[in-house]
Amino acid sequence: MKRADDFEQRRQHIANLSDEELYNKFWDLTAQVVDPLLELGRKNTTPSVERAVLLRMGVSSLDTQKIVEGCMDRGLMGHGAGHVVYKISKEKGISIREASIKLAQGEYWDDAVALFKGGK
Amino acid sequence: MADFELKPNEKLDVREILKDIDKYEPRRRGWTWRKPAENKNMGPFEYHDISEPLKNSVGLPPAKYFENIDPQPMPVITTEIASGRFEDDIRRMRMAAWHGADHIMVIRHMGQSHIDGLMEGTPQGIGGIPVTRKQVRAQRKALDIIEDEVGRPINYHSYVSGVAGPDVAVMFAEEGINGAHQDPQYNVLYRDINCVRSFVDACESKKILAWAGILQIDGAHNANATAREAWKVMPELIVQHAINSLFSEKVGIAPDHIALSTVPPTATPAPCMYMDLPYAVALRDFCGRYKMRAQQNTKYICSSVREATVTHVMNMFISKLTSADIQSTITPDEGRNVPWHIYNMEACDNAKQALIGMDGLMEMVELKKDGPLREMARDIKERAVLFMEEIIEVGGYFQAVQEGFFVDSARYPERNGDGIARKIEGGVGYGYIFEREEDYMAPVTAHYGYNNVEQYGGDPENPSALIGGCTFEDRSKIVFIDELDEEDCVARRLEKVEKYLDGKAIKPEMEWCGDGVVLMTMMIPADVRTAEATALEIGRRLGLENPEVNSKEVMQQAEGTRIEMKGKITFDVDPSTLEIPPEPHHLDDATLYKEFEEHPMVVVCGTVGEDEHSVGLREIINIKHGGIEKWGIKVNYLGTSVPVEKLVDAAIELNANAILASTIISHDNIHYKNMKRINDLAIEKGIRDKVIIAAGGTQVIPEDAVKTGIDAGFGRDSHGIDVATFLCEEAQRRRGEL
Repeated sequence: MKRADDFEQRRQHIANLSDEELYNKFWDLTAQVVDPLLELGRKNTTPSVERAVLLRMGVSSLDTQKIVEGCMDRGLMGHGAGHVVYKISKEKGISIREASIKLAQGEYWDDAVALFKGGK
Repeated sequence: MADFELKPNEKLDVREILKDIDKYEPRRRGWTWRKPAENKNMGPFEYHDISEPLKNSVGLPPAKYFENIDPQPMPVITTEIASGRFEDDIRRMRMAAWHGADHIMVIRHMGQSHIDGLMEGTPQGIGGIPVTRKQVRAQRKALDIIEDEVGRPINYHSYVSGVAGPDVAVMFAEEGINGAHQDPQYNVLYRDINCVRSFVDACESKKILAWAGILQIDGAHNANATAREAWKVMPELIVQHAINSLFSEKVGIAPDHIALSTVPPTATPAPCMYMDLPYAVALRDFCGRYKMRAQQNTKYICSSVREATVTHVMNMFISKLTSADIQSTITPDEGRNVPWHIYNMEACDNAKQALIGMDGLMEMVELKKDGPLREMARDIKERAVLFMEEIIEVGGYFQAVQEGFFVDSARYPERNGDGIARKIEGGVGYGYIFEREEDYMAPVTAHYGYNNVEQYGGDPENPSALIGGCTFEDRSKIVFIDELDEEDCVARRLEKVEKYLDGKAIKPEMEWCGDGVVLMTMMIPADVRTAEATALEIGRRLGLENPEVNSKEVMQQAEGTRIEMKGKITFDVDPSTLEIPPEPHHLDDATLYKEFEEHPMVVVCGTVGEDEHSVGLREIINIKHGGIEKWGIKVNYLGTSVPVEKLVDAAIELNANAILASTIISHDNIHYKNMKRINDLAIEKGIRDKVIIAAGGTQVIPEDAVKTGIDAGFGRDSHGIDVATFLCEEAQRRRGEL
């Protein structure tokens, strides 16, 4: 978009604000810009967020993307990739690390799907 | 856990750092600020804004005139180090720490921001280094040892951005990284990563940074570096700073861990202070509750290191007039190449010199409260408010990005239509956003957003308790990966330069061990194009490999060109074959002042025999030439062609403590004969035990001079300090003190 400088008209409603009022207005507006962005983060997840969850659970960085892809392929991302590993480890009675290695190797995915979709 | 100590006179061996690297644990988390010095007196001076001094450091060159003091300014000083080989960067970090850097920033390998997940191992990088756990751990471990050596904590810093931002943030938190760049706007505008994805990822990354006490720096200054006419984007810069800062604060980062990366927008020959200072004031008016990381303008940097240095210093003047919590440095060779070792040191010294030079300045000057400064600042702030208002009007941040609001080269609200526009439904990582279900769960610490741990009886305040603690509580759960590529790794690279590391061979080095790079400066009396070709021919004939001109400056179109040329030498020097002369023995100023104050020394001197040479002796005695007068020695100069008898008689008359004879003419060994005559006369007249006798000249060999019976001889290249040191020690010897 091209636009000529219309600063003088545009500023009419703020021209008489004190410096403090201008400051407060600026930060009120900024809050209106960022609040919806924070809400997006609260309600959604992404492959990198889930890989970062898996890393903290003690999963190898070589396995995190494989597990996340497994979740994406089977529509399990909304439950959380870490959640999938957690539930498999409980179900199979194995450690988180063991569960993550198996899932990264392509095992237990039918169980995972059943646990989240069937048993919900 | 530093298990070995550095000795200042020994090289840091990277191979030692890499031993047992899988077991290393960082000694602390979080950012460290400098501490104000309790004692603000150093050497002969009283300071006003200095921080605690270092245990070991390299002072500014003139420090030798001031008792070798090395006062440290208050702002943390940043230097960016990333040559592509992290192992060579480690040695550069040590040098930088000695020059006053306490914030070491590592630039990432080109393309890393588009890699899904962590990189591992130690491959070589381009334009930076691949940031991996092993590399980070090795550098943090090295910095632990280096900070012990210099006596000040060093902050280690890299980037949390790209499509693996949260992965990297986790690794940084685990490995004790202290500072990080994190700004989703950077991903969106410059890396074309999907905007929704960038902000969702940023929530998680920032939450992790907050947990780890990592100081965050934003990326707003890139708008300045990218916009066509950088000085016009000032309102937008403030908008970008504000969006990232408030967003970060609302995720949970404390305001004192949120730093704005701010750059004075323009540079000379623009009247830059007149434009940059109001901007700096406006920014601090609006964003003053956060920290300021001031950086140099790089938008207009050219290949002249002198020009870059002056810009840097002027930018630091703005830092001083307003504020800077972190003073970043840009290496003066930034406009030429990936920074070289020596320019990191120059940059750190520039910052230290400028900031110490302006110590206490604000106790004497203040910015005007009215006039153009405040009017221009108000103007910028109003434009920023209107910018933010219009973002909301069009439907929010993503819509504004899509409509090309950002990095438009016109001064807002004017628009040139050349902003960077990114589609909401597009970019790298688009389509990879998933809504969390009601049972969404992540049993880890520092996870942002909805997390249903209650379904398993978990505590929302401590989600990782469900798995007995995550890696943030239990380090033993971290999976350390050593190398993925047997060939492209640090061990192979170190093998190739073993002889240099072991000190068996020496080669000059600008970036990498054994690179052989040298820089030559020359004035070629010809026009630019001829000068460049001439320089390259000189390089080839000198045997330089890949000679390349990296800076040309016109002296006058026809008269000449200043050329700087780099090239590689192809041979090693074997240090065992070098003949290194012994270091001259000199007493320091303080000792000499004290000696000649407590024990006044009167000297008579002259050029003896039929000899009209006077320059040499004057150099030795004259205060202006660093001669012996400087330390309080009383000199009676009798002139040239002085008969030796006259010299000895004058010594008696003036009750002198020493006779200095200059003898240049040497045919028939007349110089030694004259020395012997002075000695004999002094004995004859009964003053020999009272006077010190010394003689000097270009043909004098000290050992032969002493054989004539006098106390000392001084040959070619002797200076006042040599004579003063001798007179002091000889006097002490005669008093029985030495």
